[in-house]
Amino acid sequence: MKHLISVLVENKFGSLNRVAAMFSARGFNLESISIGETEDKEISRMTIVTRGDDQIISQVLKQLNRLVDTIKVIDLTRQPHVERELLLMTLKLTKTQQHEIFELINVFKGKVVDIKQKSITIEVIGSPDKINTTIDIFRPYGIKELARSGAVAIHRGE
Amino acid sequence: MHASDQTLNGSEIFIESLRRENVEYIFGYPGGSLLKVYETLYDVHDIQHILVRHEQGATHMAEGYARATGKPGVVLVTSGPGATNTVTGIANAYMDSSPMVVFTGQVPSSLIGNDAFQEADIVGITRPITKHNFLVKDVKELAATISKAFYLATTGRPGPVLVDMPKDILNASCIFEWPETVEIRGFKPTIKCHINQVEKAAQKIAASKRPLLYIGGGVISAEASEELQKLAIQQNIPVTMTLQGLGSFPGNHPLSMGMLGMHGTYWANQAVNKCDLLIAVGARFDDRVTGKVETFAPQAFKIHNDIDPTNVDKNVKVDLPVVGDAKNFLAGLLEMMPIETESRESWLAEIKVWRELCPLTYSNGDDALRTEFVIEEVSKQTNGNAVVVTDVGQHQMWTSQFYTFLNPRSIITSGGLGTMGYGLPAAIGAAFGIKDRPVVLFCGDGGFMMNIQELVTAVHHNIPIKIFLINNSFLGMVRQWQELFHKEKYSFTDLGESNPDFVKVAEAFGCRALKAENPDSAKAAIEEALAWNDGPILVDFRVVKKDMVFPMVPAGGSISDMLLARLNPKTMV
Repeated sequence: MKHLISVLVENKFGSLNRVAAMFSARGFNLESISIGETEDKEISRMTIVTRGDDQIISQVLKQLNRLVDTIKVIDLTRQPHVERELLLMTLKLTKTQQHEIFELINVFKGKVVDIKQKSITIEVIGSPDKINTTIDIFRPYGIKELARSGAVAIHRGE
Repeated sequence: MHASDQTLNGSEIFIESLRRENVEYIFGYPGGSLLKVYETLYDVHDIQHILVRHEQGATHMAEGYARATGKPGVVLVTSGPGATNTVTGIANAYMDSSPMVVFTGQVPSSLIGNDAFQEADIVGITRPITKHNFLVKDVKELAATISKAFYLATTGRPGPVLVDMPKDILNASCIFEWPETVEIRGFKPTIKCHINQVEKAAQKIAASKRPLLYIGGGVISAEASEELQKLAIQQNIPVTMTLQGLGSFPGNHPLSMGMLGMHGTYWANQAVNKCDLLIAVGARFDDRVTGKVETFAPQAFKIHNDIDPTNVDKNVKVDLPVVGDAKNFLAGLLEMMPIETESRESWLAEIKVWRELCPLTYSNGDDALRTEFVIEEVSKQTNGNAVVVTDVGQHQMWTSQFYTFLNPRSIITSGGLGTMGYGLPAAIGAAFGIKDRPVVLFCGDGGFMMNIQELVTAVHHNIPIKIFLINNSFLGMVRQWQELFHKEKYSFTDLGESNPDFVKVAEAFGCRALKAENPDSAKAAIEEALAWNDGPILVDFRVVKKDMVFPMVPAGGSISDMLLARLNPKTMV
């Protein structure tokens, strides 16, 4: 099963490497990892998407906790949370398809961030599922390049 | 923070910090990036620097010292190759949870990342094999970093910590401030066990008809042998130990079952198979212990006490986890358990039958010299009172079977990583720490060659270790597997034609050496070696080539697949 784990770590060089290296050394699956500073600039938040059965996930959580730079580990999967991912994607632009593309951008609540004669770059924000669907739908129009941020997630407020 | 008025340079801060940590010995080797430190060390007399002959030797010495004394071992090596040479020793200490702090020199900060002369990213290289590591980026952080390193190495589950010190940091100056306390936000090991869990464990033990204590090295590092002995004896619970747990419970006590696992005793493994309650303390269900996990202790309710939560449910799913220090757990149980308990007579009688059915034996009576005899004889002559260091292989397993360990911190051996070449330097390190008991080393002829250069260190410091070289001119354990599982193709394991004359080699190093080729001369040589205290002494025991270690549970097999020596005619060579 897919798990979404939020990890607070010391904002030091090497913290990301320690986490990523632990995943590879222990043979855990790492679907995505994203990291950024938090409201406290000494602390970074990592959002990790991984897969595994209960036994593996329990080991993942414990091994994350064991790292000295780790301050807190939260498995958000079964808790109320908000999860978002950013997609940046450049598509081929042809006269015949132009209208359809613009309509679809509206459907997915995307934004045009750049437009040239033969290409258009858009951004879409949403759950990783929505991002997957977006990519599937746009694929027939000719994707030139895309970049995904990986999921970021946070607890829902009280 | 405690501020003193002293302005010191990085090298002086390094030395002053080691003083604050009560360091007695540094096992080290100088080099370019450490010149400033060695300049300072020249006039330091309260901390002894032991010059090794290879940085790997320094790490094993530090670990031998740490395991013998319980104090952290300290290593000092230069950047680049000096640092990379410590990797095996660090990995070894990590696998066996030994407290160790490794200081590496590094190229000047401005050159880091430039592929400078003698540069290696040792922090990157050692990340997966250290408990934690640091690159010091400012001389003002040096003292606090060293204090954190010692704290991490010795608190909770012990382990190696590395501190990388660039050359410019060691030359720069600042006011020396030694932190009174260490605070690391992400490091809060659970020492005290949860009382409810201990209570549940106590109830389970009280209700059990066939309990078994499965004891690992955690009991020794927690200094909990006394509590273990009280509990086992008071409650009539038989005790089986892992390789690293040997000595936590006296091997000559009727409740001692010896070692379990791949080369464990028949009766210990049978007891694991038949127990209704398994109480694992400071052990990690290693594959050499469990064999096939699905069939390990199939009837048992499993209690697991470990200070490291990641060990719980890692290999074997347990029924009652108790995270915390082994001493705290055992003391808690002692407090809760009623003094009068069941005699568990039928369980102990059952074990006695297994013990009599398949005792540990070896063929004897001919004039051939066997490793088992040598080890048993050393055990007798030292009354089980020696600090026994081993290398890796057959002699290591025979040591677990035929040396009767009576005290904790008496076996120093590479269990997790299985590092050939560990024994000699580890024995030297142990002898620096322990002066009132003999330090004996059992080492194969293969492993001895892997760090033979450290013989100089032992000779130079007049270290009275007894080097019992178990010389069968073979890589014996590999040979055993080749015979049993690989069609008797003795591929590159016969060292007979290429081995040197070890007596001559030792003498060239300035080490006294003897040779023994039969049981009588072996007995005499052991006597002579134990009486000799003027520096190291080596005995070259020419043992039979084709002996095998039994019993044996083949890798990944169940205990019921155990091979017993007496069923296998091949062992009668």
